[in-house]
Amino acid sequence: MTEVTVVDIIGYIVIFVGVVFDLLGAIGLVRFPDVYNRLQSATKSVTLGTFGIMIGILIVAGFTPLGIKALICGVFLLLTAPVSAHALSRGSLRFGAKMWKGTVIDSYGKDKLGGPQIESEEGEAKESKEKDDEVA
Amino acid sequence: MSVLWIVILIILGVASFLCLFRIFRGPTIADRMVGVDIMGILFVGITAITGILYNLSFLVDIAIALALISFVGTLALAKYLERRTLDD
Repeated sequence: MTEVTVVDIIGYIVIFVGVVFDLLGAIGLVRFPDVYNRLQSATKSVTLGTFGIMIGILIVAGFTPLGIKALICGVFLLLTAPVSAHALSRGSLRFGAKMWKGTVIDSYGKDKLGGPQIESEEGEAKESKEKDDEVA
Repeated sequence: MSVLWIVILIILGVASFLCLFRIFRGPTIADRMVGVDIMGILFVGITAITGILYNLSFLVDIAIALALISFVGTLALAKYLERRTLDD
């Protein structure tokens, strides 16, 4: 087990790339301005990063029970994470979370909700702080 | 190779703390739900990496169950966020 083969090194590289994707997704979750941007950044890159971790575990462990289960877990994650992100974004739009003020178009809001859900230039910070207090 | 595993786990821990920052600091309740969802997926990765680090196969089973629970929980939270009720 102490000897490191080339296959192991390839697996470690894949795992490390996946972890870096995870970190970039989390940084995007902190840095982006509104809910939809955060969801877009975080969901896509964190899903791909965790799938990369699972593929790297499959490469390192080979076709042992651990590797097969990691592959199953990765495929399951790849199928379900976009579904939950879609439900979350639809729910937050129905809830009334405003888009960032630099947003260009909101077709869903214009068609279904009676007007685009884009925040105005001023007064939004106060309103969001009030909503925060209400939630707390 | 143990240094590599330590670095990987530290990076994943930093990412989890960034999600925790968003959960505490998020302006609306939707931001907090996004943070919880992303943190669940990160914990799946951490559990699987712990499984290969100690060569314990059952930790990957736990990771599968955690992914399932995170998925169902996020769907329930999104449904609650959409209507603010759980009755339909």
